[in-house]
Amino acid sequence: MKMDVVIIGVGGQGTLLASRILGALADLKGLDVKVSEVHGMSQRGGSVITYVRVGSDIHSPMVDLGGADVVLAFEQVEALRALPYLKRGGVMIVGDQKINPLSVITGQAAYPKGALDALRQQCRVLSLDALSIAREAGEVRSVNLVLLGVLCAYLGEDPELWHEAVARVVKSAFLEVNLKAFDAGRRHYEESEERNG
Amino acid sequence: MLGNEAVARGAYEAGVRLVSSYPGTPSTEITENCAKYPEIYAEWAVNEKVAMEVCVGAADGGARAMCCMKHVGVNVAADPLFTVSYTGVNGGMVIVCADDPAMHSSQNEQDSRFYARSAHLMMLEPADSQECSDFARAAFDLSERFDAPVMLRLTTRIAHARSMVTLGERREREIKPYQKDIRKNVMMPGMARGRHVVVEEREKEQAAFVETSELNRVEMRDPAIGVICSGIAYQYVREALPEASVLKLGIVYPLPEKLIREFASKVQALYVVEELEPFFETRLRAWGISLAGGKNLTGLQGELSARRVEEAFGRETAPLYPAQETLNRPPLMCAGCPHRGPYSVLAKLKMHVTGDIGCYTLGALPPLSAVDTVLCMGASIGMSQGFARARGREFAQHTVAVIGDSTFLHSGVTSLINAVYNRTGITVMILDNRITGMTGHQPNPASGRNIYGEPAPEIDLAALCRACGVNRVVTVDSFDLAGLEKALKEETASDEVSVIIARRPCALLDRKSRKTPLKADPAVCRGCFSCMKISCPAIEKRDKHVWINPDQCVGCGLCLETCRFGAIGGGEKA
Repeated sequence: MKMDVVIIGVGGQGTLLASRILGALADLKGLDVKVSEVHGMSQRGGSVITYVRVGSDIHSPMVDLGGADVVLAFEQVEALRALPYLKRGGVMIVGDQKINPLSVITGQAAYPKGALDALRQQCRVLSLDALSIAREAGEVRSVNLVLLGVLCAYLGEDPELWHEAVARVVKSAFLEVNLKAFDAGRRHYEESEERNG
Repeated sequence: MLGNEAVARGAYEAGVRLVSSYPGTPSTEITENCAKYPEIYAEWAVNEKVAMEVCVGAADGGARAMCCMKHVGVNVAADPLFTVSYTGVNGGMVIVCADDPAMHSSQNEQDSRFYARSAHLMMLEPADSQECSDFARAAFDLSERFDAPVMLRLTTRIAHARSMVTLGERREREIKPYQKDIRKNVMMPGMARGRHVVVEEREKEQAAFVETSELNRVEMRDPAIGVICSGIAYQYVREALPEASVLKLGIVYPLPEKLIREFASKVQALYVVEELEPFFETRLRAWGISLAGGKNLTGLQGELSARRVEEAFGRETAPLYPAQETLNRPPLMCAGCPHRGPYSVLAKLKMHVTGDIGCYTLGALPPLSAVDTVLCMGASIGMSQGFARARGREFAQHTVAVIGDSTFLHSGVTSLINAVYNRTGITVMILDNRITGMTGHQPNPASGRNIYGEPAPEIDLAALCRACGVNRVVTVDSFDLAGLEKALKEETASDEVSVIIARRPCALLDRKSRKTPLKADPAVCRGCFSCMKISCPAIEKRDKHVWINPDQCVGCGLCLETCRFGAIGGGEKA
C-alpha cells in the first residue's frame, strides 16, 4: 500500500484524529508513515489541513499540490479548497456538511451553490451525508470515522486491521460508537451507487 | 511519534531532570510530554527568560536540564542565552527553539540559526522524529563534552509531523558535583574577559569536531548535482531530486568547512537548499566556495516543499486541478468566548486598541476590527504609553491596551510599572480567562494549578496591579457589557493609570456554565442585527432575521444583552 492522503476540514471536526488513525493503520501494516499536523491558531474554527503519507521510505511529511491519491474533505467549501492537492485520477471523499464561514454568517457572502457538482466536473467524487450517518450511529462528532469507513471500503480493504487502528487511537470509552460509525461509513459506500457508477 | 514528543523522549532517555519552558507554537508539546515522565521535573515558567535561567541554574547545579520555546521566545531569553555561552554549564543543557517558516502561528519568520552563530553555541537540526530523539540525546552529550549549552532547532514541519521512532531506555545520571567558581560563573567584566577567550577556543574545538561528527552525513549518488541542506529541507530534496548527492548537515552551527569543501570538489554543481535566510549560503560564499544556486532558486519567504524544490531545479511537476473559487475561513473566536464581550464594547466605543499576543489577537479581524496594533508579547502596555506621549491626552483617553492574563504575567507587568513610575495615564484591560488559550490551554500563574494539574497558588491580578502602584483597578465580568462600558468610559477619562480586569474563564474549559442553545424568535426579531455586532459564529443572518445555530451555540447569553426586543430566549442549564 502506497497512499498519500490530504485530510481537510474545519477546526473542531476531528481531522487530526482521522490522520492519527491512518498513521496507526500504516504502523500495523508494518509500513513507513509520516503525518503532518497543524496546531495553534488555525484550530480556532479555521480551515485545518493534515497530511498522511503511507508507503516505504517516505521523505517529506507533506503531500504536495497534485500529489494526493485521496482527499478526505469534511465540508463542502473545504473540499473545493483542497482540489489542487488531488492527483490526476485521484478520488475525493466528501462529507457534504456545510459550515458557514464568517463571511456567510454575517451576510457578506453566499455559501457556494453546487460545490459538489463543480467538483464532479473535475474529478471523481464520493459524497455522503456523513453527519447524519454519524448521528444515527450515536455520536455526531464521529464524522471522521464515517469518512474513514468509506475510505476503507473504497480501497477494498479488510476492516479488521482498521478496527484495530481505531482502537489504538480512540479512548476506550468512545471505541464502540466510533467503530459503529466506521462500519456505517463502510456500509454506505458498499450500498451506494457511486461504487458501481 | 510527533517530533515534539520525540524530543521529549530523547531528553528523557538522556537522563534530563528538569524542563522549564513557556508555551509557544510549535514547541509546546515537548514540555507537555516531558511532564508525563515521572523522572522529569517539568514546569511552565512565566516567560522564556525565566525558563532559561531556571535551566541554567539546574545545569550549574549538576543536573541535565532543558528549556523549550518558539523562535520569538528566544528573543525574550536572549539575555541569559548570550552569557550562559560564557559561563558554560556543568550538567548538560539543551535549548530547543522551534522556528515557524510560513508563520502558521507566529508574528514573524525569523531564522534562529543566527542566534547560534552570534552566541557561539553549537546548534543541531533534526530532519524527522527519529532524529528529534537521537539529536536530543546527542545534544546533552555534546553540551557536557564542550561545557556549553547546545541549541536544538526545529521547524513546524518537524515539530508537528509524526514518524516512526525506536524507543530506548533512560540512562539515569548522577547529579554532577557542584563547586563554587566565581571566575566561571560570575560574569563581571574581569571574569567575562577571561571567559570570552574560552568561548573562542571552544568554538575552534567544536569546528574541528563537526568535520568528523556522524551527525553530518555525505550521501554520494550522482555527482552531477550536489546539495547541502538540513532539517526538513533535506526531506524535500530527497523527494524532489532523488538522484542528487547530498551533504546533510545535522549540525548547522558551526559548519564543517573541510567537509563542505571536500563535498564541493566531488560534485559537478553545488547547490544550497535551505528554508528562510541564506545562512549556509552566505558562509559558503564567504569561504569562496562557488555555488550553482541557492536562494536565487528557492526564495527567501515561506516554507519550502518538494514541489517548490522541483520547480527551483526546473523539474517536471505533477499536473494540477485548477484552484476553485471559494471562501476564506480564517480562525475566529469560539462561540461563548469571553473575549467577545470586551471587544464588542471596545468596537462600539471606537477605542484605539494596542493589542497583544493570544487568542484575543483575533479581535483584529472583521467584523470586530477592534485592534490597532499587535507587535510581540507584552507590547500592548508599552505601546499605549508611547501613543499617549506622542499624541497627547485626548488620544490617550481613547486608547486601551488589551492583554491576556498569561501575556500580562509574561511581560506586561514591567510595562505597567513603567506607566505608573512615569505617570503616563494609560488604561489597561486584562482579558483574564485563567489560561494560556491559543497554544492549547496551558495553565499559568493565574490559573490556580500547575503543569501537572495540581493546585498552585493563584496570582491575584488586581492585588498585583495595586502593588505596582495602580490606584484604579476594577474587575468586571467579561459578559457584563453595561459594566464594561461604564468602566471603560470612567477609566479612560481618568488621568491616572488604570486597569480593568475583564474576567471569565475560557469557554472551551468552562463546561460547567454551558447551557442549552438559545433561540431567536423570528416573530419578535425586527432584523436590526444589533446582536451580530458581537461577531458570534453561532448567530447567522437569515434573510431579514437572525438564526442561532444550535450546533454552535453554547448558551453563553451574551447576545441576550444586545437584543432590545427580547427576541432571543432559551438557554437552560445543560
